[in-house]
Amino acid sequence: MYLKTRKLTPYIYLLPMILILLFIYGYSVVKVFDFSFRRIRGITGVFVGFDNYKFVLVDPIFRHSVLNNFQLFLLIPFLVFFSIIFSVLLFERLRGWRFYRVSLFLPYILAIPVAGTIFGYMFTKNGIINEILRALGLDFMAIDWLGNPKFALWTLMIIILWKEIGFGIALFLARLMSVDESIYDSASIDGASWWGKLIFITIPQLRNIITFFSIITIINMLSWVFAYSYTVTLGGPGWSTVVMELYIFNKLARSQTPNLGMASAASVILLLITIVFIIISYRVRRRGEVVE
Amino acid sequence: MRRIRIKGDVIFKQIIMVITTILALYPVIWLISIAFKDKNQYLENKFFFSWPLQMVSFDSALRGGRFFLWFMNSAIMTVGSVILCTIIAVFAAYAFAKMRFKGQDLLMNILIALMVIPVVVLIVPLFILYTQTKLMATYPGMIIIYAAVCMPFSVYLLTNFFKTIPHEIIEAGIVDGCSSFTILTKVVMPLSGPPVTTLIVVNALWIWNELLLALVFLPKDNLRTLIVGITVFKSKYNLEVPTTMAGLLLTTIPMVVLYIVFQKFFIRGLTAGSIK
Repeated sequence: MYLKTRKLTPYIYLLPMILILLFIYGYSVVKVFDFSFRRIRGITGVFVGFDNYKFVLVDPIFRHSVLNNFQLFLLIPFLVFFSIIFSVLLFERLRGWRFYRVSLFLPYILAIPVAGTIFGYMFTKNGIINEILRALGLDFMAIDWLGNPKFALWTLMIIILWKEIGFGIALFLARLMSVDESIYDSASIDGASWWGKLIFITIPQLRNIITFFSIITIINMLSWVFAYSYTVTLGGPGWSTVVMELYIFNKLARSQTPNLGMASAASVILLLITIVFIIISYRVRRRGEVVE
Repeated sequence: MRRIRIKGDVIFKQIIMVITTILALYPVIWLISIAFKDKNQYLENKFFFSWPLQMVSFDSALRGGRFFLWFMNSAIMTVGSVILCTIIAVFAAYAFAKMRFKGQDLLMNILIALMVIPVVVLIVPLFILYTQTKLMATYPGMIIIYAAVCMPFSVYLLTNFFKTIPHEIIEAGIVDGCSSFTILTKVVMPLSGPPVTTLIVVNALWIWNELLLALVFLPKDNLRTLIVGITVFKSKYNLEVPTTMAGLLLTTIPMVVLYIVFQKFFIRGLTAGSIK
């Protein structure tokens, strides 16, 4: 049921939203394509065809950043697995579950730069984590977490896992709260084990939300990891932790020779990669529904 | 026999939860413990609290940076953007939920699509535009960007809520001869406390903690937000870990308070997007 209004009335209510979105999103998305084909001097520049794209695509730092973003996708199975396990344990209302819930969610509240700075200190070569490992006799694990280009991105992934897991747990727990508990009762009567119930009841119940969470995480790992990279390692050592966002930011603001055309081309590539992944994930999701 | 096995099960689960909780909390506890040390205490004990607790580091954090200024900047940016975004979103969501118009589905689909556009894609064009129009390094310039970035999710969430308001309640307003605007202010808004609170809390947390846009569009020192301030601050006072930690702790407290007070709304807001 809808209000009967004059034809124009809805648009008056929508006008402020449309204006602000056109200004910030409409303008930017059109212009970023335009700029990506120009050599920018000041506010615009001469048309140079695909030159900026060529420069970006042969730039080893950019290639590295794309691969780094893709490596972050490896976090998804871990995030999903741990979110399921911990949301189920919380849902079972173990003694103290309220305290556990608040604790596991706390990292998600912290600003990324705050978490990044804390871990930046903790993971230094003679930092607290290595001291604890040595105290436990695990000297071989006391590596140069952030200083060695081989390990730095993996260390960053540990930090991201620590921070983002709270969101997954909150999401899955909210879904579990709405599951009909009688399914579990009848399963218990049938003698189903804990793992049996998890695999045959809980995970199917959570399937849609797992897909949703995975899509969100893919988007985040492509386009919302700047603050980790910037505050923990500034992309280093070398280019080992540069992500696409940081590459764009550096080309705009941190380089001695800013190149806004290349920054625009990299932005367009990031946008296209994001769109491709969203289309793929919706295809996969739809296929899942057809099978069902 | 069976009883014992069940107990073993519970103990095992408790052990897992306790270890995980320690892993989740320890970095935060570490932050707090280091913030309450002076330099010598930090050199003696890097793991945990030292007694007596010292407040020196807070003192040097407050004096070293331009802390109050940054705090005010963050507050102005957050409050301004949240107010602007909420008002605009309420109007738009009302039209989406309770009116019929041409292009309705298309517009909603565009809105959903905007949610996945990476924020970083906006910075180059807006950087050039802002430098040109003198919106660079100003409160209004920054507030408009934040409000716009929060807009798609806000409109989406409020539209879903407004749709759940029964039409009979609104019809009563129509019978009384109210205009659509009066129905919004007198009927719809009084029912919308919880979703609007949710929106305010989620958006405020996001804006307060945001780094990339604040770095690009507020390049002047006297306009820095707290998050940018402490990021710079860290490199400036690199050697004094306790001072940095005290600064980080002061930055975090407002949002932790917000989270604790509005916990229920917060979780609801985060999970709202997933309920279709």
